[in-house]
Order: sequence, then C-alpha cells, then structure tokens
Amino acid sequence: MAINYLQPDYEVVRNNDRCIRCRVCERQCANEVHFFDEKRNQMLADETKCVNCHRCVTLCPTRALKIVKTDHCFKPSANYTESIIKDIYAQADTGGVLLSSMGTPKEYPVYWDKMLINASQVTNPSIDPLREPMETRTYLGKKCEDVSYDKTGKLMIRHYPGLQLETPIMFSAMSYGSISKNAHECLARAAEELGIYYNTGEGGLNEDFYKYGKNTIVQVASGRFGVHERYLNAGAAIEIKIGQGAKPGIGGHLPGAKIGADVAKTRMIPEGSDAISPAPHHDIYSIEDLRQLVFSLKEATDYKKPVIVKIAAVHNIAAIASGIARSGADIIAIDGFRGGTGAAPTRIRDNVGIPIELALASVDERLREEGIRSNVSVVAGGSVRSSADVVKAIALGADAVYIATPALLALGCHLCRSCHTGKCNWGIATQKPELYKRLNPEIGYKRLVNLVTAWTHEIKEMMGGMGINSIEALRGNRLMLRGIGLTQKELDILGIKHAGE
Amino acid sequence: MEINAENMLFDQLNAAVKASNDKKIIIKNVLGQRYIGSGAENKEIVIYGVAGNALGAYLSNTDIKVYGNAQDATGDTMNSGSITVYGHAGDTIGYAMRGGTVMVEGDAGFRVGIHMKEYGKHIPKIIVGGKTGDFLGEYQAGGIILVLGIGYENECPVGAFCATGQYGGKIYIRTRHMPRDLPPQVDVKTNADKSEILPLIKEYCSCFGADFNSLSKDEYMLLTPSTSNIYKRLYCNRSM
Repeated sequence: MAINYLQPDYEVVRNNDRCIRCRVCERQCANEVHFFDEKRNQMLADETKCVNCHRCVTLCPTRALKIVKTDHCFKPSANYTESIIKDIYAQADTGGVLLSSMGTPKEYPVYWDKMLINASQVTNPSIDPLREPMETRTYLGKKCEDVSYDKTGKLMIRHYPGLQLETPIMFSAMSYGSISKNAHECLARAAEELGIYYNTGEGGLNEDFYKYGKNTIVQVASGRFGVHERYLNAGAAIEIKIGQGAKPGIGGHLPGAKIGADVAKTRMIPEGSDAISPAPHHDIYSIEDLRQLVFSLKEATDYKKPVIVKIAAVHNIAAIASGIARSGADIIAIDGFRGGTGAAPTRIRDNVGIPIELALASVDERLREEGIRSNVSVVAGGSVRSSADVVKAIALGADAVYIATPALLALGCHLCRSCHTGKCNWGIATQKPELYKRLNPEIGYKRLVNLVTAWTHEIKEMMGGMGINSIEALRGNRLMLRGIGLTQKELDILGIKHAGE
Repeated sequence: MEINAENMLFDQLNAAVKASNDKKIIIKNVLGQRYIGSGAENKEIVIYGVAGNALGAYLSNTDIKVYGNAQDATGDTMNSGSITVYGHAGDTIGYAMRGGTVMVEGDAGFRVGIHMKEYGKHIPKIIVGGKTGDFLGEYQAGGIILVLGIGYENECPVGAFCATGQYGGKIYIRTRHMPRDLPPQVDVKTNADKSEILPLIKEYCSCFGADFNSLSKDEYMLLTPSTSNIYKRLYCNRSM
C-alpha cells in the first residue's frame, strides 16, 4: 500500500475524566471520526476524517471534547506553506481537481473593514431610531425616469415590475440539492415573515414551497433544471444566473450522489444522474443574446416579473454591467469573489474574480456616468457579513444586498467548508434524511428572522447616527464613508476620501 | 383567429396571440418575430413565414406548426406539446427541453438538443429530417434525438463533436458513417435496434410525406453515454 503523506489537520482532544461514554459523538458524526473501544472502555477518534464542524463538541453533554488545530508541523516556510504542501500531496494521490466549499479562507483584503462610517455631531443632528420613523423599505427594479403630465396636469408615472423589500437584505441563491429541503424551508418562511425574498438557486422549486412564491426569486441557470412555465410564474422575480462570485467562469456539477428521489423530482432529472450546469448559457454569447433570454422570460410571464441578471465580480465588471443595464434586465446582482459556494474548484475559488466592494463601486459609478443607473437596481453579494457591511454596501451604491453564508451560520453552519462532501452534520448541505432532519425548520426560520431583524435594527442605528432616515438617502452616499489604510488608487475606485480628509 | 404579422413588432404580435381566447391561432406573414408562443399553454399556433428566435420557449401542451423556417432556440426549455417546422431550423433547438417533440423537415444548426433532459414519463424528442451542425446533443441528459439525414446518405449527417458531454439520453443517426471527433465517454452502436424510433420515423413520414418503408429499413447508429456520472473521477475531495 502506498504511504499516505497527509496527516490530520485537527486533533480531537477528549477529557477522559469528563467523558461518560454516552457515544453521542459517535452517533452525531457522519464522518465517522468517533468510535468506542469496548476492551478499553474508552471513546477513540480517527482524526483523519475530522472536518472540524463542532457537531460533537456542541452536543457532548459533559463538555469533554474540543477540536484543536494540530501543532504537528512541516518545516515552516512562508512560500511552501502547509496547505500548499498538502494540496500537492492530495493531488499526487488522486489526480483530481481540488474541490472546496464556502468562501475563500485566503488572506485577501476585506475592504469593508477598511472603510469607516460617518456620524453627525452638532450639525445635522443624529436621529434616534427608537423614537423616530426610519425607512428601511426598498424597491428593486427599473425606475421611472421621465416626468410627464396628462391633460389635467396629473403626474403620469410608469410603473415597472419590481420587488418590495421591508429591509434591504435578501437570501441569495442556494439550490435545493446543494442545501437540504429543511434549509430551504427555513429560508422561505423567514423571507415571508421578514417581507424579503429568498432565492431557489438553480435546482427548481419543490412543490411544497410554491406557497411561498410571493417571497421567492426563481433562478434560471444554464442547465435550466426544474424550469417550466409554472415555475417561472411561481416566484416574484426571475434571476438569470450567469456567474457566481466563488467560481466565476465555472459552472455547477451536482454529483449524482446528491440527487435523491425528491431532488430528482424537483430538478426533473433521473435519480442518481449528475446535474451539470456548465459555465456558459450556450445560447448567450453577447448582450444581445442575453437580451433574448431576458425577453423570452418576460414574454413567458407577461412582463409581470422583474428579471435579475446575476454575475460574478470580474475584471471588466463595469462594462459588463453597463451592457446588462441595457439588456432589458431590471436588476443586476453582483457576486464578489469572497462569496460562498456549495462546491467549487479550490484554485478558482481562491484566485479568480475581484472583491465585491471594488466591483460594486465601479459598477455604480459607471452606470451613473452613462446615465443608466435608474434602468436597473444593483444588488451586492459575496461576503456581506454584518449590518455594517450592509450599510457600507448601500453607501457605495447598492440598492440591497444578498446574504447566504450568514444565513447558513444562523442555521448552525460552523464553516467547516466541507459542503461538497454531502455529509453536513448540521443538516444544511446534505441530502441524507438522517442528517437533514437535525435541522428543525421551526427553530431555524426563527433564527433567520432574529438575525435579519437584529441587522435591520443596527442599520437603523447607524443611519440614525448619520442623520439619515431612509435607505433611499443612504444609497450611493459615499460621503458617509472614509477609507482607512487604503492607497489613493483604492480610494479612487471606491470613490471615497481617506479618513481625516 | 388569424393574425397578419406584417409590420408587427414581436411584443405586439405576442400580445395579440395572448389576448386571443381562441384555441387555434393562425399567424401569417411572420418575418422573424421572436418568442412566438413563449410560455403558451393549451393552444394551437400555425405560423406562415419565418419564425424568429425562441419560438415556443417554455411551451406547455401547445402544438405549433411553422410553414417556413425557424430561427435559433426553437423549443427552448420546452415542457410538452409539439413544434413542427416545414423547413429548416437554426441553432440550439430544444435547449434543455424535457418534454414534447420538435420535428424539423430539413436541416438544423449547431448544438441541437443541448442540455435536453428527461424525467419519469417526460421524454422529449427531436427529429431532424436532414443534417445537423456541430455539437449535436451536447450535455444531453435525457430524451431522444433522431437525425434522419435524408439527402446526406454519402456522408455523416451530423457535425463534429457530437454528444460532447452527453450523460444521458440517446442519439440515433441514420448513417453508416462515423461522426467526427466523438468524445471518449460515448458508446457507439452501429445497426442499432429500431423499435424505439419506428414510431418517430412514422410520425416524420406522415407529416412530411417521406417514404417510411425505405427509412425504416436503413441502418441507424445509436450514441449513448457510458456513464451518467461523467465528472465523478475529476475531483479530489479534501476539505479546505
């Protein structure tokens, strides 16, 4: 047998004085790390299988467990780091493309953390959101630009199909297949209660969730899984997925192992067959072709639904967004490269695309320059981690944000970045019934409602501090931001001044 | 109901089609208007002229006949019903269709039947009387594509890279000539069993008046994928 060069990344530390041999850890671990040694009357662990998801740690009734990063080490090198060495070993073992999940863990600049928000002092007094009304309601879609009057002098306003959000936050696309049915139920119910939207992703819409249609965005990707006339009309908006921040230029491969009976029914493909969504839509090679898909969807839904085009943040994002704004789309969703994924080739996730902050700023700037900003709304996603990130995104020009990783964290995700294995111990990124039943939709949806409610309150506090009482007045208000520790070039792209200026 | 599409823009034409409560709608003088019958349900649409792109997209239980040619993306993501073209058709016909039948009397362009899929009793069919361009049945995941190659008996009637990425479904070609640049994951069977396609050949012949006896006697080549999990071996599952 060949030598396995890969040593475990983590150590399972068990306090045997505390361990009562209840074997909960063993039952809870789908990776089969823990096992009971009858002879020694002791729990043991096979750490090679541990993904550090904390399921055992969290459920251990005596707090006997902790997972620590192993201090077993290679000879330190700043160039050939441990992860580089291990990746090479793994590829030499398998000949395979390295696969990863969730957002990149690499140390790229997080521009959210290099921007500071303004507040009023003395002049333009701040507003107390507990006492005064603060408007977080937001409308997405094309806006009426020209003012005209009828013969009686009454203002004529043309309304375009749009979305009404009670707070400028939506749950971004995660397909049924990549995440569980229970996870989808949590998102759908939370969206309904919050007056916002969740997004089906590209895997179709489960029959049980048609009732949440008015809070649903249905997605159409290159594989067109589960797309039909009833599906298109079920949601409040239709999103054409061109790209995803974590894997720009790469499509989706849902392995056959994740396509059980119900996922197969929803996607309308045979059980156990792979579901392949290649990177390009093979009928889209130009903005004109995109326009064709936008209008075929509008025709199929009687022009009643806004169409969103979702793209990954890449180098020429401003020019691409300008094209999309002219394609007939109502909303552009931009997904930054630090965004999450259910599975992506590691090298793509960690090296392709650009940060959402820079992409958003340059798109908003370009659309304004070209006088077409009100043709579309802009939704920013790809690592929006807190209410402060939301405020900064809106000040940079976003109409709303898409969040996904924070929503999964709210549902119990511990960011172990192993979604692609399909063995999520928290019942989120799995299709195994014994695992997804661990996620209780009744509890899960309330945690999502809590999260977004808390963020909304913080957004109001921050807006109030700036003396601003509506999202409308914050949008694109870059004077409310200052950079900290940024170069002049970065400040120019973000369109903000440095702190102190 | 009869509509004269002359000088009508696509949105006007489609609004007129949608506004009609008649089951049968005849449209004359069509000149490339797009999206005719997009999302239509339970209708019968007869088109005279050249139908534009995305004819019958997301179609359900509707029969469309085109007396003329059809352009690109005919039957895009079609669900059920039929589209019959008494002429030629353009690229990507039947993109991701999962039910119903698209039948073309003459030739069709590139990427015919791309992403075509099936589920349970929904088994879509594409029948092309003449030849097709490159990438026939690309990423095909289900359904049946039948290329009769009428008039192309001395060459292979499908272009290069046929069945690239195919992981389900079947492609039948009336030919003895091997298609060019076949991908490795495709199994080729010459002189394949015809029981599945005889009804399709019959349907073609009854629509377009071709000779069933001679077409049904000829040899057909069958292309199927060797696995429905084509990317299984591509990846290395290390959590990072």
